[in-house]
Amino acid sequence: MWSIIHKMGSPPWFFRFSGTLVRWLLPVTISLLLVGAFWGLLVAPPDFRQGNSYRIIYIHVPAAVVALAGYYVMALAGAVSLIWRIKMADITMRAAAPVGAVLTAIALVTGAIWGKPTWGAWWVWDARITSMLILFFLYLGVVALFQAYENKTAAARACAVLSLVGTVNIPIIYKSVDWWYSLHQPASIKFTGESAIDSSMLYPLLLMILAFYCLFALTVLLNMRADLVWAHRESSWLKQLAGGA
Amino acid sequence: MSPDSPLLSLHAAFTRQFFRHMRSLMASPADVANPLLFFFMVVTLFPLGLGPDPERLAAIAPGILWVVALLASLMVSAKLFASDFEDGSLEQLALAPYPLAVLVLAEVAAHWLTTGFLLALVSPLFAIMLGLPEQGLTTLVVSLLFGTMCLTLIGAVGSALTVSIRRGGLLLSLLIIPLNVPVLIFGTTAVAEAVMGGNPASWLALLAGLALGSLVITPLAMGAALRVSLDS
Repeated sequence: MWSIIHKMGSPPWFFRFSGTLVRWLLPVTISLLLVGAFWGLLVAPPDFRQGNSYRIIYIHVPAAVVALAGYYVMALAGAVSLIWRIKMADITMRAAAPVGAVLTAIALVTGAIWGKPTWGAWWVWDARITSMLILFFLYLGVVALFQAYENKTAAARACAVLSLVGTVNIPIIYKSVDWWYSLHQPASIKFTGESAIDSSMLYPLLLMILAFYCLFALTVLLNMRADLVWAHRESSWLKQLAGGA
Repeated sequence: MSPDSPLLSLHAAFTRQFFRHMRSLMASPADVANPLLFFFMVVTLFPLGLGPDPERLAAIAPGILWVVALLASLMVSAKLFASDFEDGSLEQLALAPYPLAVLVLAEVAAHWLTTGFLLALVSPLFAIMLGLPEQGLTTLVVSLLFGTMCLTLIGAVGSALTVSIRRGGLLLSLLIIPLNVPVLIFGTTAVAEAVMGGNPASWLALLAGLALGSLVITPLAMGAALRVSLDS
C-alpha cells in the first residue's frame, strides 16, 4: 500500500503509469461518449411535454454532476498535498481546477439554453442554478489564486487551504441557497428532474455521467502530464523517454 | 522577549497581542472611520439609483444594508494583515512559541471590534434613513453582530492567502464573496422575517452557529495561509 503511494509521488513513475492509463482511458471515454450521445440524442424517446429540447439533459446533468465531484477531488488532492507534501497531489489539484471550472461553465450555459424553451427565460434565479454559479466562482477563485503566486509550490499550498475552506462551506452554501429559494419563490417553476425519470431516458443519462467522469479523469491526467513535462523539461529521465520514443 | 524571560501563558499571549493590535488600530482613527463612511455613502447611493419611493426602499432595505455591510467588510479585509506583513511583524509572530492561529485570532478580534462591531452598532441609523420598519432594527443589529463576525473571519482567511500578492485586492473579493453567500442569506432573511412580524430567532441561531463554527475553523486556515504567504 505505502509503496504504491511512494511510487505515485515519483514523477518518472507517474509519467509512465499515467501514459498507460491514458492509452486505455482515451478509447473508453470516446466510445462511452459516442454511445451515450447516440443513445440519448437519437434512440431515447422524446419527452411528452418538452419534446426534443429535453435532450440537452445528456450534456447538462453529467457536466453538473462531475463539476461538483471535481471540487471534492480537487479539495482532497489539496488536503493530501498539505498533509503529506506530495508533489503529485499539488499537480492533481492544479490540473483539476480549470477542468472543473469549464464543466461548471458548460452546465451553466447548457442550463441557460435549456431554460429558454422550457421556462421562457435564459436565466432564472433558481436554487440549483445559483448554487452552480457560486461553485463556478469558487473554481475561478482557486484558478486565479494559483495564477497570482509566482512561487508555484506556495501557490499549490494556498490553493489547498482555499479549496478546503470551500469544501467545508459548500454544503452550507447549498443548503442556504435552497432555503433562500424556497422562501422567495412560489413552487411554480420546478425542475423536471425532480419527477421520476423513465428508464429509457435514465440509462443513457447514467452512461453519459460515466462518460463525463472518464472525460474528467482523462483531461486531468493529460493536464498533469503536460505540467510534468514542463516542470521536468531539463531532467534526464524525460530526455531518455523522449529519445527512446 | 529576552531568552531568559519566562514563557507567557497562551491566554496572556493572546491578550497582549490583542491589545497591541488594538493600540495600533486606535492610533489612526481615520482608518476606523473610513469603513463606516463607506457604508454611509453606499447606502446613500441606493435611493439615488432607485428613486426615493419610501415603500420600495423599505422593502429592499434589509438586502441593501446587508450587501453594503458585506462590501465594507470586504474592503477592510484587504488591509487586515498588510502592514504586519510589510514591517515583518508577521514573521515574528510565526516564529513565536505559540500557535500562529491563536495570535492571529487576537488580531482579527481587535480588527472586528473596530470594524464589524462598530458597523453593527451604527447600522440602525442607516436603516432608519432607508425606512426599515422599527420592528426590524434589533434583529438587524444582532444579525450584523454575528454576521460581521463571520465576514471578518472569512475575510481574514482571504487576506492571509493574498497578503503576499501585489494587487491582491480584486483577487480577494473573488475568493471571499462566494464563501460569504450563506451569511448574506441568513442575515437578510432574519431581518426580513422580523420586519414581516415573524420570529427571526432560528435565522439568528444559524448565523450564530456559523460565527462559532468559523471561529473554530478559520484561525487554522489563517495560520496555514499566513505560513504559505511568508514562504512564498
